[in-house]
Amino acid sequence: MSMTLFLILCLNGLQYGMLLFLIAAGLTLVFGVMGFINLAHGVQYMVGAYLAFFFLQLTGSFALTVLLSLGSALLIGLLLEFFVFRHLYHRSHLDQVLATFGIIIFLNELAKVLFGPTTLSIAPPELLSGSIQLTETLRYPVYRFVTIFAGLAVAVALFLTVSYTRTGMLIRAGATTPEMVSALGVNIQKLFMIVFGVGAMLAGFAGVIAAPIFAIEPGMGDNLLIVAFVVIIIGGVGSIGGAFMAALLVGLIDTLGRSLATIVLSAVFNPSFANQIGPALASMLIYILMAGILVFRPQGLLPAKGGA
Amino acid sequence: MMDRSLIVAGCIFGLLLALPILLPVFGAGYLTGLIIKAMLLAIAAISLDLLIGHGGMVSLGHAAFVGVGAYAAAIGLESGIENILVLLLITLAVTGLVALVTGTLALRTSGVYFLMITLAFGQMIYFTLTSLAAYGGDDGLTLWSLATLFGSDVVQNGGGLYYVVLGTLLATWWGIYRLSRARFGRVLRAARDNSERAEVMGFPVRRYRLVAYVIAALIAGVSGLLLVQHAEFVSPALAAWQRSGDLIVVVVLGGLASRNGAILGAFFIVIVEEVLGSFIHEWRLIYGPLLVLLVLFAKGGLSDLFAAKPVRRAAQ
Repeated sequence: MSMTLFLILCLNGLQYGMLLFLIAAGLTLVFGVMGFINLAHGVQYMVGAYLAFFFLQLTGSFALTVLLSLGSALLIGLLLEFFVFRHLYHRSHLDQVLATFGIIIFLNELAKVLFGPTTLSIAPPELLSGSIQLTETLRYPVYRFVTIFAGLAVAVALFLTVSYTRTGMLIRAGATTPEMVSALGVNIQKLFMIVFGVGAMLAGFAGVIAAPIFAIEPGMGDNLLIVAFVVIIIGGVGSIGGAFMAALLVGLIDTLGRSLATIVLSAVFNPSFANQIGPALASMLIYILMAGILVFRPQGLLPAKGGA
Repeated sequence: MMDRSLIVAGCIFGLLLALPILLPVFGAGYLTGLIIKAMLLAIAAISLDLLIGHGGMVSLGHAAFVGVGAYAAAIGLESGIENILVLLLITLAVTGLVALVTGTLALRTSGVYFLMITLAFGQMIYFTLTSLAAYGGDDGLTLWSLATLFGSDVVQNGGGLYYVVLGTLLATWWGIYRLSRARFGRVLRAARDNSERAEVMGFPVRRYRLVAYVIAALIAGVSGLLLVQHAEFVSPALAAWQRSGDLIVVVVLGGLASRNGAILGAFFIVIVEEVLGSFIHEWRLIYGPLLVLLVLFAKGGLSDLFAAKPVRRAAQ
């Protein structure tokens, strides 16, 4: 276990955390503000990745791809809101789970039909394809740094928007008492639509920047969705700050755990036992953390003020 | 209203009992397999309906117990235990223990948090199963020897597995029917509609819910054991969260708190999958939007077509 390896793991964890934050941010707002469980949020991440693949083939320019993908992801989110989700805000959670589950099934299959069941990949943009010398023995890809900074930038922008703008104020107010905000003359339907569209766009953005790093395949969003739920529960539902902190925590724990669990365990138990139990324990770590939070601090680490 | 549900159930079970006699006309093997699959799905769905329909506890990790039951049986088989009654005891013990531990923790929450924590426990169980390298890991495990009943193959595909599964379905139906009409079921529903009120009336709500949770898990575990006997194969995919989603679909499709509905829902899903699947390979393109439309426009589920009772309030 060298320092270099540890540093790489931390950077990877940070980068995974940023990706999780981009997905969890939209999920936590939609869940916190509208009380809406959107299982299909992970699918929007997959849609983003496929859009990136499609537009890169079409245009050949990465910058253009990002712009077009974001626009399309926003449009798809708004369309879904208009045709399906809008009618589910006042329904039971069970109905929401079921309808959004149907959308997952549909979009996963659609991706398979349009792009084939095999995994696809795209290259990172020319400009960002190099790597940076960090220490004597450690080089880290520029592109991964860029994803970390992109995540950070979005986090800051979101935090400022929610905390200091009029729209952000309405979002916070709408999360607490939607009827009152509506009675004061605010078009709550429009507000929900904005929140939903932005959430879908952020998940799509996560998909776009993840496309050059991970394999693009049908169903790629499903597991990430579950992890994003873990993130928003740990952070506190409806809280952007909580989602940010929890996303980094989950990203680091998961990444470090996968590499370190076996090593740590073999210091205590015999190696063959450690080899068997290590990977299982590593993939369970974040769920154990979430179960612990739910039992001992159900409001999450950094609950949203006022509370949804 | 109850009489009506008994009549419908009588028709369903009579038909299922007679099918093996009628089936050879259409070519038995394939259809029998399909019906066994639907009946196993129905058993798990009825058990989940105890939680969702009667208890108002929406669990998104119920398939994990099917997986636990299947793996308990498979591991028992691999270590040389062949008597199905012994395997049944092992399955019940393991599933019950897992349910007791996860249920105790999960029931400290309610509503949407309960959904999340059951999802988390389901994922933990799923990852545990994938890490069982000695039993196939990710790929699952094909079982070369199956359980017997004191040496007889009555509990295998070649023997009378169809009737064993049908008997289990009937026992599950009857058990949940009695349970839901007893004081236990009334308390569960009272707590679903207003848990504070039930608490104030002196019922330990959490304990009632825990018992329901464990009972549901035990039944799901048994369906896992029978699934092993039928598929002769286990894999962690049994416990994946999408499978739990499928179970919820069956329950809601059939109508909440309706055992006949769960059976009809299970058959509907299996048939839709087969029929749509035989026309177009991409049947999910139709199935997905079908679910959305179902939620938006047909709230009561299939059982409403047969029942005169008003639609029950959906679980929160």
